[in-house]
Amino acid sequence: MISTESRPRLAAKARLRFDRKSSRYMLLYPERGLVLNPTAADVLQRCDGLRTVGSIVEELAQQYGHEVPAVEREVMTFLQTMTDRGLVLAEV
Amino acid sequence: MSEPARPYTLVAELTYRCPLRCVYCSNPLDYGRHRDELDTETWLRVLGEAEDLGVVQLNLTGGEPLVRDDLETIIAEARRLDLYTNLITSGIPLRRERLARFRELGLDNVQISIQDTDAAGSDRIAGRRSFDRKLAIAGWVKELGFPLTLNTVLHRENLDHVADIIALAEQLGADRLELANTQYLGWALPNRAALLPTQAQLTRAREVAAEARRRLRGKMEVLFVTPDYYTDLPKACMDGWGRRFIVLSPAGLVLPCHAAHTLPGLHFDSVRERPLREIWADSAGFNAFRGEGWMPEPCRSCDRRETDFGGCRCQAFHLTGNAAATDPTCHLSPDHGLIETARLTAAAAPPAPFIYRTARRAG
Repeated sequence: MISTESRPRLAAKARLRFDRKSSRYMLLYPERGLVLNPTAADVLQRCDGLRTVGSIVEELAQQYGHEVPAVEREVMTFLQTMTDRGLVLAEV
Repeated sequence: MSEPARPYTLVAELTYRCPLRCVYCSNPLDYGRHRDELDTETWLRVLGEAEDLGVVQLNLTGGEPLVRDDLETIIAEARRLDLYTNLITSGIPLRRERLARFRELGLDNVQISIQDTDAAGSDRIAGRRSFDRKLAIAGWVKELGFPLTLNTVLHRENLDHVADIIALAEQLGADRLELANTQYLGWALPNRAALLPTQAQLTRAREVAAEARRRLRGKMEVLFVTPDYYTDLPKACMDGWGRRFIVLSPAGLVLPCHAAHTLPGLHFDSVRERPLREIWADSAGFNAFRGEGWMPEPCRSCDRRETDFGGCRCQAFHLTGNAAATDPTCHLSPDHGLIETARLTAAAAPPAPFIYRTARRAG
């Protein structure tokens, strides 16, 4: 399970790519890809295995001017989905 | 017709040559006639044209892509274009140094096929001793830091081994396991009586795979692809004709699927003669089965027509002689009896001998 202490990183099979056609980031992995909304892209770009989920949430809350608890809920839900799909690895 | 959808994936069939002789090979029966392979320069040009059209995924396949000695150049260009590049290989012939070089050049993923869980069963399908070598190469893939996809094509001789295939994939550290049942096109069609499983085999294997998918969630992706012959509803073959995929044949024909050039009366263009963008938008072969205008009843008024896009045109042709017919795997098709008969035969028949892939067959 993802916690605020986790240090998420992209799985070896997953790679971010900026898509000129849609002006969105895509997360590409074997045979598939996800077109990311801007928030999802901001989160995944920070999944470097160094930052904790807590620090990613703080950065984004500051960047968007939103409350930390709301951003935390959104980020945790998203990262849990991504780890369940094997696209993000979360080590504590 | 309105502007066609954007292609996301280029399936680059770099060659039809292959050291293996698998009895379900998806290459055409007359592949031996197509010897005139595109040169390196043309492949590099086409990769750029594909990326410009919107392609983000590149599958390097064949035949066996490793037999091309310009694979390094092609991988490097794909990386320069920021394409997600997947090498789909039997692993034969490959040295560790060459694989390490692919890693340096930016190859993203390696997919290796194994035919069964032991050398005897696997080599019997491949028509050549290869199993032990494949396991060694799968090990290199992980040691070099690549993600590994393991692919096993399923049929009546190995469907009962699915639990062991999953265990082997775990042992090899696979990130993804494709358990893909044989689809009965290419070499699999003349071998159908030897390969088609029974319903009972399929049901058991599907349950084993579903259990593994739950258990391995987040660690290893487990895919199980049911054969069309047992779904009673057609698949959205290639996500619909000319919607998401471009397949480029070794000689340069631009195709909506890897078998489209086995359909009579359709014209497909070559990248030797026209730019890819024009072919994608205008080629008669691509437009033949785009949209719904071509559909007969019961497809035309069917609720699923935007789900399955009418199923597989190649299956329709190779079973009924008419590429525009309703896919016979659909229970609503007037030709569905052909599928039911094949299933009954599979349940009753003793195994038939294999016909191995060979370049000498005229088709």
